[in-house]
Amino acid sequence: MQKNIILAGVGGQGILSIAAVIDWAALHEGLNIRQAEVHGMSQRGGAVQSHLRIADHELFADLIALGTADLILSVEPLEALRYLPWLAPGGHVVTALEPFVNMPGYPPMEEILAELGKAGRPVQVHAAEIAREAGSARASNMVMLGAGAPFTGIAPEKLEAGIEALFGAKGRDIVDINIRAFRKGLELSNT
Amino acid sequence: MNRQLLLGAEAVAQGALDAGISGVYAYPGTPSTEITEYIQRSKAARAGAVRSSWSANEKTAYEAALGMSYAGKRSLVCMKHVGLNVAADAFINSAITGVNGGLVLAVADDPSMHSSQNEQDSRVYGRFAMVPVLEPASQQELYDTMFHAFGLSEAMRLPVIVRMTTRLSHSRAGVEQRAASGQNPLNAEYAPERFVLMPHNARVQYRHLLDLQPKLEELSEASFLNRMVEGSGPVGVIAFGIGYNYAMEARTAHGLDCRVLKIGQYPLPRRMVDELFAACSEVLVVEEGYPVYEELFRGYFGSPKVRGRMDGALPRTGELTTDLLASALGVELPETAAVPGIVVNRPPELCKGCGHRDMFDAINIAVREHADHHVFSDIGCYTLGALPPYSAIHTCVDMGASITMAKGAADAGLRPAVCVIGDSTFTHSGMTGLLDAVNDRSPVTVVIADNDTTAMTGGQHSSATGSKLVEICIGLGVEASHIRTIVPLRKNLEENIAVLREEFAYDGVSVVIAQRDCVEKAAKEKRRAAATGQ
Ligand SMILES: Cc1ncc(C[n+]2csc(CCOP(=O)(O)OP(=O)(O)O)c2C)c(N)n1
Ligand code: SF4
Repeated sequence: MQKNIILAGVGGQGILSIAAVIDWAALHEGLNIRQAEVHGMSQRGGAVQSHLRIADHELFADLIALGTADLILSVEPLEALRYLPWLAPGGHVVTALEPFVNMPGYPPMEEILAELGKAGRPVQVHAAEIAREAGSARASNMVMLGAGAPFTGIAPEKLEAGIEALFGAKGRDIVDINIRAFRKGLELSNT
Repeated sequence: MNRQLLLGAEAVAQGALDAGISGVYAYPGTPSTEITEYIQRSKAARAGAVRSSWSANEKTAYEAALGMSYAGKRSLVCMKHVGLNVAADAFINSAITGVNGGLVLAVADDPSMHSSQNEQDSRVYGRFAMVPVLEPASQQELYDTMFHAFGLSEAMRLPVIVRMTTRLSHSRAGVEQRAASGQNPLNAEYAPERFVLMPHNARVQYRHLLDLQPKLEELSEASFLNRMVEGSGPVGVIAFGIGYNYAMEARTAHGLDCRVLKIGQYPLPRRMVDELFAACSEVLVVEEGYPVYEELFRGYFGSPKVRGRMDGALPRTGELTTDLLASALGVELPETAAVPGIVVNRPPELCKGCGHRDMFDAINIAVREHADHHVFSDIGCYTLGALPPYSAIHTCVDMGASITMAKGAADAGLRPAVCVIGDSTFTHSGMTGLLDAVNDRSPVTVVIADNDTTAMTGGQHSSATGSKLVEICIGLGVEASHIRTIVPLRKNLEENIAVLREEFAYDGVSVVIAQRDCVEKAAKEKRRAAATGQ
């Protein structure tokens, strides 16, 4: 088993909370992990990504090779496109639909959707809206994790356990909202 | 089994703690900051009274670490690659004095310049100082290496470098911990013949350092960080640091069987290198950084046998990847999708509500009333003021250079001579330059952007902010009437422009302190308070 996952977004959107849950679950499955993050200058509203690799054998590189990502999971639609060179044949794209516009020249949404359409059948998620239904717009990253879950190679129950573990300190309410958000995302990909 | 998920930087920190350090000394700098932050958060460090607060700069950090070592204890000092330029004087000379308690310098290089002014390679400093350099390839190796590094430092009585690069420092993997060692007892030694570097001592010590070199090479031959991965075929690979990871990944993914010599401890293990060169007709040299050893292997007259960054087999600059390695080893890679043309760049920017924004609005208006309106600046969040919509600053070279460059330009006749420097950068290396300006009565206006933190690197404690900055400026001899404090808020724009105008017109040294807290710092404190239930 080996999965290469690219998490994408804008600095400050918190993609590392998604990575942390997958990491936790993978670690408890006894799998090997390499997860490269972006720290520093780009965290101030720049494009950020995390290369996340999990396998049941030894992993060497922290970075994913071009054309070998099984999943691009993006919390911002334009950012999903930035990493298409990494997508493996048959790989999946799962993206949130809310644009984050903080630079000139942001392309029209139709053009973004058209380009996404060329990458197979991307799972498109109204993440903020679904998160609000789950109880808080701040849980949108867990909606995205749910939507991406079937392509991570890790069982949803294990990911839920990860959410419990990582949000536990913030109280039962926060855990419940995030689990609900996760399940709503998961439903989208399972139907 | 005790397996934790750690960043490379955190593996260094945990390894150092378990190896029994009594202190860490550091100035923040990407990608090295997380080492010290981890120790600052560590309960075990607190229980062991491991000192860990931030130093004013890398030189003060290095010297304090050397002092702790002199007193017999193990100390860790951390910095980014350009920080070693600042600490270089202390570092190079500490190789001549040698150490007492183990002294390890963890330095993080930034190939591809993700968050840096250059991609200099710290291994060159290791060669220059003639001390052992360790360059682990994985998070687990980083952790294990810290025990080895402190042992080596005490056995050879030399400082030891642990070098890593951005990719490893900022990537997580499972790390297995071992039993921790206790700290060394206090054991300061009178050894003026080593530590007083007057020429008669220095010559003896330098000779001793040279005499140690064969021993260091021998230790490299036996190091767990150096090993041969057997294989066949005419092409061999010598892979340094995390170059090994990409070589092995390419080898596995593309079914290659080339020999790979992994190097993680310097000076080079000559016998192992000779063996590889004897077995292969072509050797690909893979270094995550400058082609330091490739150049040595080629020699002045060149060797057709050596491939690498200098002949285009690998790119001359930037980080390595598995794909670059595969191509260099002759693998035909399949076409991959292109980035669609509509994808525009997303550069970083100042946060919404950042005080630097209002400061630059005021500076832009006041300074552009002059025909010549150069603004010298420095390194920090405020460097983002170089980008549109502000385009407010015109230099950023090395920490502290804003004040001294403005002074030089003022001496040349430039008026006004304006510079912008952050609070942390000012105490790092701006104060001495300000003293130069005062002594010369150079007409400069120094704007100190005081957001009460070291924001660029994630909001670390800053050595002097608020009233302490005013006192420093007075102490350095700036006239009190020309030390002005403004609050960079939209509603104060007119007032702030007026203050800047007056000080730009003053024919002497003036300081304008723009005081407003970083909004990220406030948010971080709130989160921390929430997490600890206060
Ligand atoms: C010699 C050196 N050390 C460290 C760094 C990393 N570094 C860049 S900016 C910065 C902090 C700047 O803080 P401050 O001056 O207070 O400005 P702020 O980011 O808060 O606006 C640091 C630590 C560097 N570039 N060079
Ligand atoms: S982190 Fe602080 S100083 Fe940096 S841009 Fe944001 S608000 Fe400004």
